[in-house]
Amino acid sequence: MSLEQRVRQARERLDAHVREIVHWHFSPETGTPFWLEKAKELPFDPLKDINSFDDLRKFPFFEDEWLRGGPVRRWVPKAYAQRPIYVFETGGTTGIPKSRIVVDDFRIDYEQFSDTLPEKYFPKGSNWLMLGPSGPRRLRLAVEHLCQYRGGICFCIDLDPRWVVKLIKKGWMEHLRAYQDHCIDQAMTILSAGHEIRCMFTTPKLLDALCKRLESENSSIEKAGITGIFCGGTEMTSQWIRFMIEEYLGPNVYIAPTYGNTLMGLAAAEMPTAEQNYKITYYAPEPRAVVQVVDFDDYDKVVPYGQTGRVLLTTLTREFFVPRFAERDEGERELPSEKYPWDGVSGVRPWRGIAAQTTVGVY
Amino acid sequence: MLHIPISRWGEPYKSMEADPVVHFATGETLAEVSRANAALVERDMRHAWRARAVLREIPIRELLQMVKKAGQLYTEAELPLGDGSQTPEQFVRMQSATTGLPEHMCRFNMTKNKFVLENMDKILDSLTRGLDLDFLTRGYGVESRGVPVSYQAQSPVLGLVLPSNSPGVHTLWLPIIPMQIGLVLKPGPQEPWTPYRMANAFIQAGVPRQAIAIYPGQGDIGAAVLNSCPKSLIFGGQATVEQYKGNPRVQAHGPGFSKIILGDDEVDNWEAYLDMMVDSIFVNSGRGCINCSGIWVSRHGRKIAEAIAERIGPVEPLPPDDPKSALAAFTVAGQAEGVWAAIETDLKEPGVHHCTERFGPRLVKRERCAYLRPVIVYCEGPDKAIAKKEYMFPFATVVECPQEQMLAKIGPTLVCSAVTRHPKFQRELADATHIDRLNIGPIPTIQLNWLQPHEGNIVDFLFRARAFQFDPKMVAI
Repeated sequence: MSLEQRVRQARERLDAHVREIVHWHFSPETGTPFWLEKAKELPFDPLKDINSFDDLRKFPFFEDEWLRGGPVRRWVPKAYAQRPIYVFETGGTTGIPKSRIVVDDFRIDYEQFSDTLPEKYFPKGSNWLMLGPSGPRRLRLAVEHLCQYRGGICFCIDLDPRWVVKLIKKGWMEHLRAYQDHCIDQAMTILSAGHEIRCMFTTPKLLDALCKRLESENSSIEKAGITGIFCGGTEMTSQWIRFMIEEYLGPNVYIAPTYGNTLMGLAAAEMPTAEQNYKITYYAPEPRAVVQVVDFDDYDKVVPYGQTGRVLLTTLTREFFVPRFAERDEGERELPSEKYPWDGVSGVRPWRGIAAQTTVGVY
Repeated sequence: MLHIPISRWGEPYKSMEADPVVHFATGETLAEVSRANAALVERDMRHAWRARAVLREIPIRELLQMVKKAGQLYTEAELPLGDGSQTPEQFVRMQSATTGLPEHMCRFNMTKNKFVLENMDKILDSLTRGLDLDFLTRGYGVESRGVPVSYQAQSPVLGLVLPSNSPGVHTLWLPIIPMQIGLVLKPGPQEPWTPYRMANAFIQAGVPRQAIAIYPGQGDIGAAVLNSCPKSLIFGGQATVEQYKGNPRVQAHGPGFSKIILGDDEVDNWEAYLDMMVDSIFVNSGRGCINCSGIWVSRHGRKIAEAIAERIGPVEPLPPDDPKSALAAFTVAGQAEGVWAAIETDLKEPGVHHCTERFGPRLVKRERCAYLRPVIVYCEGPDKAIAKKEYMFPFATVVECPQEQMLAKIGPTLVCSAVTRHPKFQRELADATHIDRLNIGPIPTIQLNWLQPHEGNIVDFLFRARAFQFDPKMVAI
């Protein structure tokens, strides 16, 4: 089948998925209280008028402020009312964080992501280190589930990113370094304890710090026994990943960059290579989530391939429906690939409208 | 397109990302500069010790000859720059084009840097109070009066987070190499020119390339430099100064709030000091921390303000290559507008009088930049909000304040030129710890004596005097 046919087929699957998910969230039997209430304000009937992905343009842009504060049950679809519910939070350094309810999505998303990891570098049955944020975050449980799904046991550290953001805002840089050292100390302890850890999740800054610490102790990621790194959480540039591969990881360690957040699943990328100038191109896990790159001044308009725009996210799962959420990121629109026959996004970085305010510290 | 790579201890490194350096008036991209990543900077600091080691292999007297030669190369030679080269005239044009400074001021800054390099032996002799410079190499020695002394380097390198807007500050780091301390430079985004040109001049003059690293980039690079160098200088605004106050690793250079005080005994002769006051406010487009931003007098304030306004109020922006151009452009979008809005707010306070208003609008907007024409403000009393302000263009307040209250009211002052013969007032001025550089007499605030320390002695910042005892049978000195 040609790429063109695969793209068309993926689009048909997406349209069908949109119909199913919208019906799920807006039907009185299974629907989500928030959306059932919202439907009363809408000038159209989602059950009749949404038949394709393009029809989602009829919805207003999703406002993440809707996720701040309770009652959180309004986000639980009626069909899941009796199921155990997790709540994952984003933000929250000051004020009320945004909350997202989850039943199984994090498991489904990370199991799908698991299929993208090469067995050679992420061997089944191997133990993992979760060197990332703890607390009320999806990542903590999701990485542990990913590890368990692959037959391993996951070791975790304590890391409170809200405290990190406070340290940066207060300008307490010595404390920031001390806290980062505290996190790396925990990781070093786990790595030195004979747990046969082969894989890890970490963020770019923590990977920088871990590599530097290992090198200062005449070790390295490879010498520590790690062969696969799943990296995400904050922006990764081509220069950073090139530096990491060339100078710290070497040819025997695989790094899998990812893009995602609590509202969506996990967009995966192939390992960047010198031949491709270390370009990192992410593909959302369609049809469960769709990433579009849209015009800065008109979010209804997708930019041409190779052009820059703001990232517009749509999440389409039975647990959570997020139509057209303008992410705080921008990037370049990328062509579909054989593996991912839908649009991708590269060069993801903080959206220019808020770039100066973005705080990225230890984590 | 000229590409300027990162310099990793002299080894060029082209980043996957680059930032354009753009002409403020035409929008033309003059060069692209590789953008470093923070982890690269931090990892390179493994070799910081080597920077000092290679410099210590060269006697300081030889390094002094090299920097003298570097001064000549810097001002006269075509030097390598990235994947091309740069003549002195190209340097002037590029620096003017990105910082907004008129070209003749850029040329003047070159001669200032050259002067410092050529007189480095005298400067180090003064800053070390006549120390045998070999003691810095060895770490200890015995003075001619027979007293053992030891000066221990506190860092193999000095980190510098440099500004975009004031090429004059580069004189501060020129004495570092001859003290056998390496340099880790993070250039200002709009002024990569001086760090690269000076580094290349040093290298051409014989300084080992492993002694200097240059990491252009964004804010995270400044943080990485400060994080990984045991001693650093940073240039920034008041917030930066406050943030690093009391941090022994960092010397923060911010606004100067430099002032002129006319004592009660001399204020009636104010007309005799008008040239000195005008020069202090106006030279170098008022952009330096040593430019005067406040004139404090007990009487005649209004007349003084009007007289200064008469001299500089009519000045208008001219093209940067015009030899008469006296005003630097604001090249960061929105900055001039923001400054002017803040001034307008302060001008509304009762007892505050805008003396340059009659010479026409102050904010002049151009297609890609803006100018602020000189602003002179008369304040009836010392507690007006605008009396505590400093901006990077010819701006000054003339503040009326009883002499006995002046030192309590002036606030932090980098340069204070006090015109008074009164011994008691002179003593109070000498004792005022919030004054850094003190001039007694009609000395323009912008007139620096290079043999004297600036905002702390750089030698004291980099070397710690400590006790040292030795057995002459074991240590040959």
